[in-house]
Amino acid sequence: MAELNETGRGPLKPLRSLFSGIGLPTVIIAVFWAFTLVAGHFVGISMATLLSDTLKRAGMNGILVLAMVPAIQSGTGPNFALPMGIVCGLLGLVCAIELNTFGMVWLLTSIALATPLAAAVGYGYGKLMNAVKGSEMTIATYSGFSIVALMCLAWLMVPFRNPKMGWFIGQGLRETIQLDAVGGAQILNNFLKFSAGDVIVPTGLLLTFGFFAFLVWLFFRSKLGIAISAGGINPRFALAAGLDIDKNRILANVLSTVLGAIGIIVYSQSYGYAQLYTAPLMMAFPAVAAALIGGATASRARVSHVVIGVVLFQGLLTTALPVTNEIFVGTDLSEIMRMIIQNGIILYALTQVKRGVQ
Amino acid sequence: MNGLNDRSRAAGEWILENLVTIIFVAFTLFGFMVSSGVSVGYFFSELSSRVFRNSFLVLSLIIPVLAGLGLNFGIVIGAMSGQAAIAIARYYEMGGLSGLLFCFAAAAILALFCGYLTGRLYNKTRGQEMIASLIVGFFANGIYQFIFLFAVGVIVSVPAIHPMIKPDGVGIRMTVDLVPVNQGGLKYALDNILQAPFVHSLLVVALGLLVLLLARYWLNKRRGRGHLNSLPSLLINGGLCLAAAAVAAHAIVTNSPLMMVRKTPVVTGLLIIGLCVFTVLIMKTKLGQDFRSVGQSQHAAEVSGINVDRTRIIATMISTVLAAWGQIIYLQNMGTLNTYNAHTQIGMFSVAAILVGGASTSRASITHAIFGTILFNAMFIMSPEIGQSLFGQALLGEYFRTFMVYGVIGVALGIHVWKANKKNRLTVD
Amino acid sequence: MNNNLLQFRNISKSYYGNTVLSDISFTVQKGEIHALIGENGAGKSTLMNILFGMPVITGTGGYEGDVLIDGAKQGFKSPHEAMDAGIGMVHQEFMLIPGYTITENIKINREITYSNPVSKIFGEPLETLDTVAMDSDARKALDQLDMDIEEFTLVAGLPVGHMQFVEIAREIDKTGIKILVFDEPTAVLAESEAKNLLAAIKRLAAKGIGIIFISHRLDEIIEVADRVTILRDGEHVTTKNISDTNTVEIASLMIGRKVAVDRAHSETRKVSDEICLSIKNLHVGMPGERVRGIDLEIRRGEIVGIGGLAGQGKLGIANGIMGAYPARGEVYFRGKPLKLNDPRGAIRSGLGFVSEDRKGVGLLLNESIELNIAFTAMQVGNRFLKQAGPFRFQDDGAMRAHALEMIRELDIRCESPTQHVGSLSGGNQQKICVAKALTQNPDVLLVSEPTRGIDVGAKKLILDLLFRLNEEQGMTVIMTSSELAELRSICDRIVIICEGKVAGALPPDASDAEFGLMMSGSGMTQDKISTQGGAVHG
Repeated sequence: MAELNETGRGPLKPLRSLFSGIGLPTVIIAVFWAFTLVAGHFVGISMATLLSDTLKRAGMNGILVLAMVPAIQSGTGPNFALPMGIVCGLLGLVCAIELNTFGMVWLLTSIALATPLAAAVGYGYGKLMNAVKGSEMTIATYSGFSIVALMCLAWLMVPFRNPKMGWFIGQGLRETIQLDAVGGAQILNNFLKFSAGDVIVPTGLLLTFGFFAFLVWLFFRSKLGIAISAGGINPRFALAAGLDIDKNRILANVLSTVLGAIGIIVYSQSYGYAQLYTAPLMMAFPAVAAALIGGATASRARVSHVVIGVVLFQGLLTTALPVTNEIFVGTDLSEIMRMIIQNGIILYALTQVKRGVQ
Repeated sequence: MNGLNDRSRAAGEWILENLVTIIFVAFTLFGFMVSSGVSVGYFFSELSSRVFRNSFLVLSLIIPVLAGLGLNFGIVIGAMSGQAAIAIARYYEMGGLSGLLFCFAAAAILALFCGYLTGRLYNKTRGQEMIASLIVGFFANGIYQFIFLFAVGVIVSVPAIHPMIKPDGVGIRMTVDLVPVNQGGLKYALDNILQAPFVHSLLVVALGLLVLLLARYWLNKRRGRGHLNSLPSLLINGGLCLAAAAVAAHAIVTNSPLMMVRKTPVVTGLLIIGLCVFTVLIMKTKLGQDFRSVGQSQHAAEVSGINVDRTRIIATMISTVLAAWGQIIYLQNMGTLNTYNAHTQIGMFSVAAILVGGASTSRASITHAIFGTILFNAMFIMSPEIGQSLFGQALLGEYFRTFMVYGVIGVALGIHVWKANKKNRLTVD
Repeated sequence: MNNNLLQFRNISKSYYGNTVLSDISFTVQKGEIHALIGENGAGKSTLMNILFGMPVITGTGGYEGDVLIDGAKQGFKSPHEAMDAGIGMVHQEFMLIPGYTITENIKINREITYSNPVSKIFGEPLETLDTVAMDSDARKALDQLDMDIEEFTLVAGLPVGHMQFVEIAREIDKTGIKILVFDEPTAVLAESEAKNLLAAIKRLAAKGIGIIFISHRLDEIIEVADRVTILRDGEHVTTKNISDTNTVEIASLMIGRKVAVDRAHSETRKVSDEICLSIKNLHVGMPGERVRGIDLEIRRGEIVGIGGLAGQGKLGIANGIMGAYPARGEVYFRGKPLKLNDPRGAIRSGLGFVSEDRKGVGLLLNESIELNIAFTAMQVGNRFLKQAGPFRFQDDGAMRAHALEMIRELDIRCESPTQHVGSLSGGNQQKICVAKALTQNPDVLLVSEPTRGIDVGAKKLILDLLFRLNEEQGMTVIMTSSELAELRSICDRIVIICEGKVAGALPPDASDAEFGLMMSGSGMTQDKISTQGGAVHG
């Protein structure tokens, strides 16, 4: 793990930086993925299907993983409170349904409603993170859990009337809401969708992910983005340079929460369903793991880490499911593998952290 | 009891310190006020069986806190060890007391090994032990599932006709019946050894505590350590014990609804008391003092020549073993092994319980654990009732108690860190 | 000599070819209080590290020469071996656990236990604590120090003076303690507490314990010690009986002048009479370098040196003005009040700062030279930016051009402006720090420890650079340094800080004794040299 902290703003020294920038976990997961692909080929699973699924799942998870970048760069650490952003997104999404919107209008309304909400929640969350410096990750995890549990109450009690998402009897919203009903299922995936051979490319979805990835990349080249990064790398340097670190950390967490909100909307449309109640509870962990697999650490992350990580992690999971099912009939080894890889990589990252209150 | 030591502090400080406890007491009382459906008999039956079932697990959290590791969410690994032992016993159809003893022994060996590895991990994630302990629980769950769902059957071949193996011969079933003890199984293997009416137990425990309090007071005084005594706290605690004893005696005499409360398992109770005694005694040994030294200041301990890493690993190992035993006690009472779910929540529930009792990341005692277990489970029983009677939906109450679990942990940890940060803030003077 | 409890014989030590101690020999006798004195970097702590077998010594190839205890040669491999041999240390920062009672602190990891049935099977760690015996031991140790405080009191609430005594009690409770080292024991104490401590030290010595007393307070040394050993730049200057010397002599021996000060000269310099920075009653809460009420006036165009021993607060001044640590007091910059605790405001108003902590505060080590140089000016002064709609992005071209200019002007040796500063040498890193500060176009430059940790050749370059900036651009420079010689080489006057306060100001050509006395906070200098306005030497 050379050059853990490299952020590579300078021009690439092509080969050297290509190799030194890739960490051990990234290589392991990549090799593992390649291995399952080869195994899949031998047991006769269509490569095209695997690649199509990989593209789709990478695209739908991408923005959620992207939400890690601002949080990590600002020094708060991986955003384990991602469910906060997610429930904001879901709230925007169901509000948009309640407003009887349809199709693209529904999608944009969802985002428009979710964004200010997530910004407000992110602001409060950022303040909380400033109060608990040193133990951000633990507190963030439980903040996320608490919000999800609290929202369970809210989903059960909201006085929404739209039959597309209510229970057949009684009050409250359904656990999964079909987005077909509002013309929202795969609406981005299907935009400019095309097939290259047998591989289906969900152009709209990938473009959306690419667009947000570009925005985040651009942001970290702006004056404010540079200031946020500096505060994360070396708070004392940033303080001496007259930066308001606490304010920057709040801003970064606002950004992260908003990305989480938009991320879940994009995720839901691709999935075809919006999952409420306890579904968002554990969603932060795969997102954190994906960023780490891509080469991020608990204190440094780049957009490139997100792209590499989400493709590798989702690729591996998508491939492993049919392949292991084919080899060991009737077992869900891929879920077990997800648990071990996802939590293993987070533990590995934690062993590299050198700070914290006693 | 800790509240009394803080008499001199400002009331606001006291409230902040005990915020979580206060919320819970208020909530439970509120539950009694609004819900009409809960009978005293039902409430105490539920509460006592839950307390007997969970106390051991909650008590297993104390030592890591004292050794400075914070709240060990990693006790789920101990729980998995306990379940593995039970699964082995069930597979070979061991039962009764001997089966139970086998479980304790096998679980201890497994838990020592797992606890050692976990302890090493905590040493590598210093300062982030709590998040690490949470994640390592998830990680271990993956390995557990790999073994129970896949290795059993694919790697180790087992007969598909065995009642705990899935019909296709691979993996252990979702739920495994532990078979009642009188049919040679493990269900109630501990609880059924001896049972006593609830009020009798209450009377004995209350009087026992009273005697203990007085004896400690007197001994301290005689040994010239009178400074450890506090008369007001003796009076309050003694008064509480007396009141409980009086309620019990009154119930016996008048044959009140309390007599209808389910019987209590004596041996389980003795084991819990035994663990309390063990915790007290080990903290009075050299090892216990090392735990405290490391917990108070790793730096000072290191400088004085204490092997900090080793001490922390030992603390983790003890905690893991205790959790494994706690899970066995829990499961023999439940009667079924919920193979893939029974352990997942116990880390968070136990942590929440001890926090409700007034513990924090750096402070925990037997009082916190027992009081917290009682209060936490009271809330657990009352929540659906409150949901039902206030909103007409029991489900609401269930979501609410989940929120309370997470919220309690979040708030308690948050307050602790916030206060520590405030204390460490640089000032001009 | 039978009374030689401890003997250092021809001790030398070097770290990676850099000699920090050469040929030190002296003895400490039974019952003697032996003072050890020297400036920072004189070698006191290295010598003590050798005595205690600290890993920093054993891990870097050990040392030359012999340490003898009771005439027998010793080579401690770890501090624990040293402690077992009867050597104890009373630390400057307390190694006490606040949540423990005095007894528990005294007995930490040396608890008295008795066996019980369980411990007979599982071994010693499970033996029960004998609290009664521990308390009575603690009582004995406290009694020896005439401490009437209860042994079961928690340390948390004790006054600092008592904490120091608990540390001492812990040392004397160790069986067979022979030598006790006190490292600046009175630095944190109030006057009356210090008196008590000195009396206790004398009593310990009377019991036959050999005492090494490290202190910068000359008056204390004269009062309490039997002999004094003076170190300077890793060399043994002399060991004298206290009765044969006085504060003035010790002070001048401590400072000593190895080489004649090489003063920089210039005909074109102008120092105006205008006060450009005025500091009134400044307090700064910088840990280890606290400032406790300083008044100082700086003239435009002046080069002012701030000197003093480590830990006395000289570093706190610049850090306090620049808002790096919490500060209180009044600072006027060019006649206008400067808001404290506001780094951005301080930079905006025209103060440039080169921190003493080059790697921790001064630089982003894994970032490029050009970004490091431009960073503060970009963030505070909005330079090197391109506007694009509502957003402002870094202007790579402008940053590159400026970095190249600075590299040329300050002669920074590097491969390219995109090189990470972490890979540069210390001297070049320091130049980047200066370049960063200069990019802000400051009126006053505050430079702290500019030559710390860089090699001799680079030191000269840095000092020349500062002098040239002052000469050519009329920049006011406030330079804080532990190295008196370098302050004397370019400063117009040198303000000495002692115990968080201004001890006085001296011209660079003042005598060694004057500097030594002032740095030691000896009262003798107060009437000799006035605090304000030392003569301006050009």
